[in-house]
Amino acid sequence: MDKFVPYQARYAVLPVENVDTDQIIPARFLKTTNKAGLGDSLFADWRYDNDGNPNPDFVLNQPFAKGVEVLVAGNNFGCGSSREHAPWALQGFGFKAVLSTYFADIFQNNALKNGVLPIVIPENVYNYLVEEDAKNPGHATVSVDLENQSITLPDGESINFPIEPFAKYCVLNGVDQLGFLASADADVSQFETARAPRVNTMGLI
Amino acid sequence: MSSAPQTLFEKIWNRHMVRPETPLTPAILYIDLHLVHEVTSPQAFSELRQRGLNVRRPEQTIATMDHSTPTTPRDANGIIPVQDVQAQAQLTQLETNCRDFGIPLFALGTENQGIVHVIGPEQGLTQPGMTIVCGDSHTSTHGAFGALAFGIGTSEVGHVLATQCLLQSKPKTMEIRVNGRLTPGVSAKDIILAIIAKIGVGGGTGYVVEYTGEAIRALSMEERMTICNMSIEGGARAGLIAPDDVTFNYIKGRPRAPQGADWDAAVADWSTLKTDPGAKYDAVVELDANTLVPMITYGTNPGMGMAITATVPTVSDMHDDQSKAGLEKALKYMDLQQGQSLLGKKVDVVFIGSCTNSRISDLRLAAEVFKNRKVADGVRVMVVPGSQQVKKQAEQEGLADIFRQAGAEWREAGCSMCIAMNGDQLSPGQYAVSTSNRNFEGRQGKGGRTFLASPLTAAASAIKGVVSDPREILS
Repeated sequence: MDKFVPYQARYAVLPVENVDTDQIIPARFLKTTNKAGLGDSLFADWRYDNDGNPNPDFVLNQPFAKGVEVLVAGNNFGCGSSREHAPWALQGFGFKAVLSTYFADIFQNNALKNGVLPIVIPENVYNYLVEEDAKNPGHATVSVDLENQSITLPDGESINFPIEPFAKYCVLNGVDQLGFLASADADVSQFETARAPRVNTMGLI
Repeated sequence: MSSAPQTLFEKIWNRHMVRPETPLTPAILYIDLHLVHEVTSPQAFSELRQRGLNVRRPEQTIATMDHSTPTTPRDANGIIPVQDVQAQAQLTQLETNCRDFGIPLFALGTENQGIVHVIGPEQGLTQPGMTIVCGDSHTSTHGAFGALAFGIGTSEVGHVLATQCLLQSKPKTMEIRVNGRLTPGVSAKDIILAIIAKIGVGGGTGYVVEYTGEAIRALSMEERMTICNMSIEGGARAGLIAPDDVTFNYIKGRPRAPQGADWDAAVADWSTLKTDPGAKYDAVVELDANTLVPMITYGTNPGMGMAITATVPTVSDMHDDQSKAGLEKALKYMDLQQGQSLLGKKVDVVFIGSCTNSRISDLRLAAEVFKNRKVADGVRVMVVPGSQQVKKQAEQEGLADIFRQAGAEWREAGCSMCIAMNGDQLSPGQYAVSTSNRNFEGRQGKGGRTFLASPLTAAASAIKGVVSDPREILS
């Protein structure tokens, strides 16, 4: 994971609530054993028709969608399955952050592990971003500053957003959480010594 | 040890604390059992290889094949053929990963293979007071035994493989108390669909739910699994039910259940796993089972559910603009009208299976309806057992014959049409009554339309060829 660098980016609006992970990346694209190419299947069932041609009405098929790096989406984004393919697909398309009034738990966890920021915004800010975009779709920008936990809106106003301190540290510094867990090895060994394993999976086959 | 009253969740959480939470870092939580399947694990194993890491506790890890596997009949050699090249590659990769890292694997078609949330309890691996994770959101199923069980992403699968631990912030707790008793024709699936309709698909986000109350106590172990399975559809990563004699009787004698003196000690310990009087939950929700009727979903998320006797809500029933737009979008996809009844709506497919409703008791319920009856003309019915063990038992009990004689397909074990990544899927525009857990757009096949319901409702709809109230058939 790369270190986080503050950025200003254009955004696309997906004004739909409860966007589930089956929409973000349908299950039939999960038969892969790596992360490559998932961006092409992001929102596949909304983005392409039954023959695989781009659906001209879908936001990511508009000319302005090329190069957008922020997605503004309706309430409870990322509900449904635990597939990490969802943030991989968003990242594969080029998204660095998703702005919504609410995120599903597992999606939020998965996104942070990949440096895709799930940024919780108040409803009035969501409405403002949607309205601002409607004036000239895909042109308005937001700036994201993780160090200060702030986003700057198209009108120049800055607002703060919450993030867990540890996730923030990891994304800012481009370090992943496995390293931290591995550094607790002595504690884990001590825990295991003090307590017999609960089950043994060997020999059932 | 603190003497303050604790919830069941807090007891399990505290028992697994390797390092407590600090203002700057999450807690390090020890994981007792890690379940692995082919879809969410390959990239985690790649990560381990890149870093030169081993699996810390292969003997606390078990793998199965379920999501991308076909459920079509075996060939002359008893092999389940995999036609899909990409799925085959994924299954082969899991075999390689399990061999290289020493993890036991229930490979496709072998004696104990099945859906990951069916095999854990079946083998007695799922036990009260444990922490259980899997790269699958329906891991909440195992909470029915009073285990803290939740779904994780692939990065976290890598964390658990390498360290047997997870970084976790302490969630909040919610009690969902289900009072009263179910009436005939109403089942566990209807309870959980009613709960999700009440709290919404995001209502449980950030919480671990504990299901309590008379109606929950009265449920069998497999019914409790149906309830906990769909906790995630209400946004809660984990659902819990305090273990009791129902739990102990279900575990006793299973391959990995404690034996002899160990059994007695285990039951004594498990009996302490309940919420203390006076312990506080962060939120409480109540539901009355007495007045509950069979439930069905009309929309494109599991929160869009209603009594089967009710009518689809109207936009004017919705409180805010996003919900109004959400309902309109859902009804457009489902090609349904506001205010219409679903009873009598023609169905094309009935799917009985998935980690929600594919256990032997689910199949017995369905068979009760199918017995001496025929599937309506023009309806395709798929009955997919949750595991090879369930399949064997259903065949021994004569259930498979009942399904076949009724005109239903009796298939090999797997996730099947719940996830539509294995060849089992709806065609665009088709309507299905499904015992699975998700009615998202395209979940059961691009353009397919799903009505979620209980096995009884699904079977009754199969017989009538239209969405039907099972109480009419059973009476």
